[in-house]
Amino acid sequence: MDTTHCTNQRQLTVRISRGTEEGKFSTYLVPWRDNQTVLDVVTEVQRTQEPGLSYRYACRVGVCGSCAMTVNGKPRWTCRTHVSRVEEAGVIVIEPLRNMPRIKDLVVDMREFFQKWARAGNTFVGTATRNDPPALVSPQSKQRKLADAAIECINCGVCYAACDVVSWDKDYLGPAALNRAWTLYNDERHADPKDVLHKATSGSGCNSCHTQGSCMKHCPVSLSPTGSIAGLKRSAIFSLLKGG
Amino acid sequence: MEARLFALQRLTAMVMAPFVLVHVGLVIYAVRGGLTAGEILSRTEGNWLWIVFYGLFVLSVSVHVPIGLRNILIEWLKLGRAAASVIGLMFGAALLVLGIRAVAAVGGLA
Amino acid sequence: MRKSARNHQAYWAFLGHRLSGLALALFLPVHFYVLAMALDQARLDAFLKLAELPWMKAGEWGLVLLLTLHMFFGLRLLALELLPWRTPRDARVAWIGWGFAISMATGLAFIAGVI
Repeated sequence: MDTTHCTNQRQLTVRISRGTEEGKFSTYLVPWRDNQTVLDVVTEVQRTQEPGLSYRYACRVGVCGSCAMTVNGKPRWTCRTHVSRVEEAGVIVIEPLRNMPRIKDLVVDMREFFQKWARAGNTFVGTATRNDPPALVSPQSKQRKLADAAIECINCGVCYAACDVVSWDKDYLGPAALNRAWTLYNDERHADPKDVLHKATSGSGCNSCHTQGSCMKHCPVSLSPTGSIAGLKRSAIFSLLKGG
Repeated sequence: MEARLFALQRLTAMVMAPFVLVHVGLVIYAVRGGLTAGEILSRTEGNWLWIVFYGLFVLSVSVHVPIGLRNILIEWLKLGRAAASVIGLMFGAALLVLGIRAVAAVGGLA
Repeated sequence: MRKSARNHQAYWAFLGHRLSGLALALFLPVHFYVLAMALDQARLDAFLKLAELPWMKAGEWGLVLLLTLHMFFGLRLLALELLPWRTPRDARVAWIGWGFAISMATGLAFIAGVI
């Protein structure tokens, strides 16, 4: 790109991790604009400078979770991250999400993330049939409130990327899977809550969480897997005491 | 097994909280004006309250510490769970032996 | 920069809890061994004389801090895991500051008795 005409235009330095597996950093310059998101910047790089750059996005308005990447060390949604808020000395560093194998550049393989989701017992089993009236679930009930507080998860993987236990322990189910298990455990329509609890506490399940709270800190929709996991631990202990 | 270890560690933690408070209080009291073997032993030898208290403390510690260490071995030293369990068990046994020996010595039972 | 995702209070509490536990775990066998020296009073007295050295006292102060810190951070975890949360994001972060403060106060009480 010819920058000689832009000598008065302030530039933003963008270092992007590229390649497969380990990868290397490539550096790009884009014009500095007062209002641009990190996703805007990645898109500009791909469209005007590096057509071969691989990355994911979909809605670009902060509702789908597809654009999650590591920006200056923290996992976040790039469409909801203003460059002005995160740049450090005119530089932003963009890497793929941590804890998931890299496919290419900023795209990661989320299969294990979803496998763990399933392994945590997150398959809903209904008790009614289409001939029964709809379930009457009071939104004010204690159980429903607990489930509702955690239900908005859209599997973006940011909490999974933020979690150190996930990076230290390959078997750990992770915050998202366990958070979901908590919502299912508290779903009065679910046929087998005991089974959810059993799966969530098996192997490297909720008991491997050390309450660092990085998941809660980084969740873009302000959920608290830390709280959900604490709930699972509490339920498991009381279930044990009741002879469950 | 993970769930059981988790429960044991939390249980011993709850048991030990009052033990720790008493122990720290005792230490702060005892170190005033210097410490000599005679001073310590005159209070502890043959003192069954002391012996039972610290005996239980040693027992709880021997369960609580290895479980925590095991987590560090698995997560930071990347040991497999089986290997970490073995090392934890050995460390727990060592703590128990050394601890009972200490209680016996200071309690005047040895 | 990679570490900045860990720069928050609850993370520091975890680190303090784990590192203090590790230090105490490594200290305990030594502690038990020294206590068993009571079998030979003269030997124990010799050690206790050594313990009068300033850097030994500093070490003891450190141990008091480590033990009380580990306990208070641990009590916070027990509260988080056994008691209901007031709100889903209420990780009792205030307990961290209080635990640290009471720990320091205890350390001060220890120092006051040995100076």
